[in-house]
Amino acid sequence: MNQDRRTFLKKSSLTLAGSGLYIALFPMISGASAKQQLYAYIVDTEKCIGCGKCAAACKKENKVPDGYYRTWVERYSIMKDGEVIVDSPKGAVDGFKPVKMEKGKIEKSFFVPKLCNHCASPNCVQVCPVGATYVTKEGFVLVDEKHCVGCSYCVQACPYGARYVDHFGSGVADKCTWCYHRVTKGLQPACVNICPSDARLFGRIDDPKSSVHSILKEKRLQILKPETGNNPMVFYVGLDKEVR
Amino acid sequence: MHEIVTTGFLFPNEVHVHWSLMIVLYPYITGLVAGAFIVSSLYHVFGKNELKPIARFSLVGAFAFLLFACTPLLFHLGHPERAFNIMFTPKFTSAMSGFGYIYSFYLILVFMEIWFVFRPEIVKRAQESTGILKVVYWVLALGSLDVSEEALKVDHKFIAVLAAIGIPSACVLHGYVGFLFGSLKSNPWWSTPLMPVIFLLSAIVSGIAILIICYWIIMKFKKQPVDNDCLHSMYKFLWGFFIIDLTLESLEVLTLLYEAHEEWHIISRMLTEKLWFSYGFLQMGVCSIVPLVVLGFVALKKMDVKLRNNLGLICSALILIQVLAMRWNVVIGGQLFSKSLRGLTSYVPTVLGREGLLVALVLFAMPFLVMYVFNLLLPIFDDKPAEQEQS
Repeated sequence: MNQDRRTFLKKSSLTLAGSGLYIALFPMISGASAKQQLYAYIVDTEKCIGCGKCAAACKKENKVPDGYYRTWVERYSIMKDGEVIVDSPKGAVDGFKPVKMEKGKIEKSFFVPKLCNHCASPNCVQVCPVGATYVTKEGFVLVDEKHCVGCSYCVQACPYGARYVDHFGSGVADKCTWCYHRVTKGLQPACVNICPSDARLFGRIDDPKSSVHSILKEKRLQILKPETGNNPMVFYVGLDKEVR
Repeated sequence: MHEIVTTGFLFPNEVHVHWSLMIVLYPYITGLVAGAFIVSSLYHVFGKNELKPIARFSLVGAFAFLLFACTPLLFHLGHPERAFNIMFTPKFTSAMSGFGYIYSFYLILVFMEIWFVFRPEIVKRAQESTGILKVVYWVLALGSLDVSEEALKVDHKFIAVLAAIGIPSACVLHGYVGFLFGSLKSNPWWSTPLMPVIFLLSAIVSGIAILIICYWIIMKFKKQPVDNDCLHSMYKFLWGFFIIDLTLESLEVLTLLYEAHEEWHIISRMLTEKLWFSYGFLQMGVCSIVPLVVLGFVALKKMDVKLRNNLGLICSALILIQVLAMRWNVVIGGQLFSKSLRGLTSYVPTVLGREGLLVALVLFAMPFLVMYVFNLLLPIFDDKPAEQEQS
């Protein structure tokens, strides 16, 4: 009898310890981050005219090194035969040259601005081995340039190509910050500020006066690569099925 | 400087390949460690006595490669001076953060096992040598000069335990390297649960192959006959592990092909346009088919010993190239296609420069230099002639 009780106690305490360990470890490795998202970014692809002023303004504002981009604009030209041609020369910093093609070949064409999605469950934050990439209390995904080791793991983990490491320059990971330095001063991100067609909007989700607030409530929106489970906070209006 | 050739559309930040030749070398060297260690454990733990002639060498080999497993990473990091952040401020949601700990644990373990294995030799030399060498050996012996039968028995117990812990550790070390790639959901060429297993199996075959080649060369250099039973056993292990390795490597791509998700379109283009040589010709072609068939004969058929050893050597060399090609195809291949699934970029390593071919060659040569110096201090092989060649 005694023996049975001892075995029972032994087994149940082992089970308890095991499940405790599992429960403790699970959130540690799953990388789930459940912070509140205060801000959102809206890209209205139907309004973008492809002037590229956003990309140029970003380069200037954030001193982005040559060959790398914190934001860029893609041009999609969809042919009648189904062929899709995408380009983004120099990230559209100098805008686009007209497509030279025989008349009537193009079915439709549109522009898609891209930037860091400041995801709610960011894979880049999950994989950073030293915690240099982190989420602020407002939901911005930022990089601590004084702590980053420059391993580029986050670059590989980002499914949107939003990150880069300038190996001949800073040697640390870099990407769009939604102009955190401006937003904390009550300003808009440089790209939003300069956009002449209101294709880029940024604001607090909970602010009824913000256009972001009403669009989130009223429009049907899409995110990029929802299958990755990163839960982007950049929402697209009028996103075509060809866009990845 | 190589000019980058792109086709189709890439996200603008994807034109440059971020993980270079150094990141190809890192899993390659780590794999040799794991493979060599497992060979030594086959003798120390599983009692494969025919592997005795190579057991000590495999341990020293594992140690020498392990010493340099991290160096390619240091040459790659944007800020190598911050490398220890990974141990001081680890973020455990990252697969990479465990590396420092796993690596250190394994290094200490291999070091301890080597110490126990070579202790009688160290003690002998501490007693026989004079002057500064005596001090060196005395320090190496940690002042413990007891080599009585009882003491050696204790040593052997420790060796067995360390080797037994070492097997899962070697598997963890290299399975873990595979997990670094296999767990990246952003990249369809990497993201597969098969990746850690493939890395582990290819590690084992590369380790066995390099031991065969080194053992043969060293014996030729020492003008001593090789131990044929030992080599024959190694060929059998090499063949067996290689069959599983190759099956998994094929299954991975077959699954991608058969499932044909939207990314298959660009992956198939990458394989045929960019990796036709390193994947089609090397990894899945000559360096796979020849060893697979020939090693089968070498392992199972009765044949002239000289012929068997020559064929075995050629196959080992081919397998070493196969595994290197596999590392290249995984690491570089995964970055040659755009995550927009619409374009391809190119990568050719530079000769000079921090992450160039020259640095890679020097880093790869260093473990052999370590083995040489080690051998000067403590002979790895017995000097008495091994068994005569027999057919």
